[in-house]
Amino acid sequence: MNIVVCVKYVPDATADRHFEADNTVDRVGVDGLLSELDEYAVEQALQLKEKGDGTDEITVLTVGPEQASDAIRKALQMGADKGVHVVDDAIAGSDSLATSLVLAEAIKKIDHDFVVCGMASTDGAMSVVPAMLAERLGVPQVTFGSQIEMQGKEIRIRRDGDAATEVIGATAPFVLSVTDQSGEARYPSFKGIMAAKKKPVETWSLADLGVEAEKVGLSASWTQVEDTAARPPRSQGEIVTDEDGSGATALAGFLASKKFI
Amino acid sequence: MPTQEAADLIGLTRELVTKELAPPVARAEATETFPRDIFRTLGRAGLLSLPYPEQYGGGGQPYEVYLQVLEEIAAVWSSVGVGVSVHALSCFGLFTRGTEEQKQRWLPDMLSGELLGAYCLSEAHAGSDPAAMRTTAKRDGDEYVLNGAKAWTTHGGHADFYKVMARTSDDRNGISCFLVPADAPGLYADPPERKMGLTGSATATMRFEGVRIPVERRLGAEGEGLKIALEGLDSGRLGIAAVATGLAQGALDTAIAYAKERETFGKPIIEHQGLAFVLADMEAAVQSARATTLAAARRRDQGLPFSREASVAKLVATDNAMKVTTDAVQVLGGYGYTRDFPVERYMREAKVMQIFEGTNQIQRMVIGRALSKDDRGTVSVTKENS
Ligand SMILES: Cc1cc2nc3c(=O)[nH]c(=O)nc-3n(C[C@H](O)[C@H](O)[C@H](O)COP(=O)(O)OP(=O)(O)OC[C@H]3O[C@@H](n4cnc5c(N)ncnc54)[C@H](O)[C@@H]3O)c2cc1C
Ligand SMILES: Cc1cc2nc3c(=O)[nH]c(=O)nc-3n(C[C@H](O)[C@H](O)[C@H](O)COP(=O)(O)OP(=O)(O)OC[C@H]3O[C@@H](n4cnc5c(N)ncnc54)[C@H](O)[C@@H]3O)c2cc1C
Repeated sequence: MNIVVCVKYVPDATADRHFEADNTVDRVGVDGLLSELDEYAVEQALQLKEKGDGTDEITVLTVGPEQASDAIRKALQMGADKGVHVVDDAIAGSDSLATSLVLAEAIKKIDHDFVVCGMASTDGAMSVVPAMLAERLGVPQVTFGSQIEMQGKEIRIRRDGDAATEVIGATAPFVLSVTDQSGEARYPSFKGIMAAKKKPVETWSLADLGVEAEKVGLSASWTQVEDTAARPPRSQGEIVTDEDGSGATALAGFLASKKFI
Repeated sequence: MPTQEAADLIGLTRELVTKELAPPVARAEATETFPRDIFRTLGRAGLLSLPYPEQYGGGGQPYEVYLQVLEEIAAVWSSVGVGVSVHALSCFGLFTRGTEEQKQRWLPDMLSGELLGAYCLSEAHAGSDPAAMRTTAKRDGDEYVLNGAKAWTTHGGHADFYKVMARTSDDRNGISCFLVPADAPGLYADPPERKMGLTGSATATMRFEGVRIPVERRLGAEGEGLKIALEGLDSGRLGIAAVATGLAQGALDTAIAYAKERETFGKPIIEHQGLAFVLADMEAAVQSARATTLAAARRRDQGLPFSREASVAKLVATDNAMKVTTDAVQVLGGYGYTRDFPVERYMREAKVMQIFEGTNQIQRMVIGRALSKDDRGTVSVTKENS
């Protein structure tokens, strides 16, 4: 079975995040990487492929700026077979509705049996793209899988909720999203790095997908970010000094005021 | 970096050291625990075989790239950096002096990343002067019988194979090289040495009590053992130079971060010129260690003689690491002297770099000998007319 894995190229979360003048995330002037949560999606696709008959092909798909090809390369180094990169200046500033439109049109052009996504991006973190994709493709959504089993075209996932654990099943085609509990993602290996050099990556524009530029981008987006504010600097902690034996009482009082005890 | 894949390789190394090495290092060093699993992780990623050709399962990378990977590892955990270098060295004799048949038979397994190697040259009384060794290998039909004790073996008791130098004749240089599997009957490891530093690396005396080794496990001809060992050390010294550079870089990074936060007299200590100059000298020492090491590596990669340059690199990089780590303790003041911060450990680790793979006195001896054989330079005497 052929699998499409959607991976997002995100700003490095350990570095400072910047916004452009129009309040969109600066994705060009900062170091980026394959969203860590999407590594789990790549891992699950690889595991499903490894359990198969070896004829399955994994295509990684990303929508993002030039440098987003780094995310594809990393997934190929982990073991995916080929890549598709949708890049077009008109896409900049797209919200999740617009992003999911571009992704869906690209997926339709790729020979596939099902789609795997991460549980959320580490920058936008809306967790909605997989559901939107399923809707646009007209297939079932099996989202937030923390344990994945597949028999032929039948999939069963475990979804751990706050109140209940659900088991959800579907038949391919479907859109699956997997959580960070689904199994540690593998590291690439040096052999994988060398092999990735020879794997095909296609670059598509909106025109290739037949998507009109007016339907995507900042102006076509339903959501608009009006303002952003930097997180306030960490304030000095409170130091309880014990000079007259009242320290313990003061400490307990502090903890109680913060509802820790 | 010469290529995109070399840059990606450094990226992979950074990811591995951040996620797999940084979390356990302090505890493992404090409890003197040898991290065998870490080597498996590195091996599976392909980092234990980088400088060997792809046809034997290696990564086919030039020393220039391999040494920078080693530096990245050692910047976070120098015991592991030393281990990677020692493993590369233990495969060296087979690669350079083994027959094609020997290489096909053993090298792919040794480079698979699952196995770990060690090499046994030093003895208790024969460190700087290995030709004084007493361990013997006596021919008995199709076998050699090894008897003796090899001191200071890095990975001793943990390795899967040992490259062993032993005496096959009474001539001073009558030494041969053998590839001994860890499960050979009669091979025992003493309890590990109780060292000042590098405590995450196991160092032990290996005892050979009538260990029988088939003749086909001898590498090179009889009597070539010392040559094989010393040739390997030229490359091993580049490895240690890279490890020392990484160690120094790690110490410097810690010192800079601390100096930006710690305040005295109303400002961060890095803004006091007297301390900024200490840091500047540390930076200069690290950069020159790296440059010297990579210059020697590039000579090796081009197939030029590099023995003298390797000794210079080992000498400069390890002396600089000692100085930089000592200064890092100074920058952290009293806190630097406690075990709550890593710099005192870095300082203890730097010390051994000046001792093993040829002490720095021996490096000077090698360099001095090379100079005395060199035909460079003329002496001109100018007499003043009176
Ligand atoms: C701080 C902040 C600022 C924002 N700024 C703007 C803005 O200025 N204008 C605007 O219109 N929207 C903005 N957004 C919305 C943002 O662009 C969308 O969130 C984004 O388009 C996709 O949604 P997500 O990143 O939340 O994906 P999620 O729904 O969290 O992603 C789930 C999965 O979908 C897949 N996926 C998501 N995106 C891609 C992709 N590009 N390529 C391949 N696979 C993908 C991955 O598998 C991922 O794991 C902002 C959001 C935040 C939180
Ligand atoms: C942690 C650790 C790991 C090691 N790992 C290995 C290993 O894996 N395999 C292995 O075979 N060995 C290993 N060694 C051994 C190491 O290579 C030797 O300790 C080193 O070569 C020095 O030998 P020595 O200790 O016998 O010192 P000695 O040779 O006794 O030297 C003592 C002092 O005399 C100086 N000196 C000696 N000769 C001269 C001279 N001609 N001119 C000037 N000064 C001189 C030396 O520089 C030194 O300062 C390891 C050692 C340590 C500490």
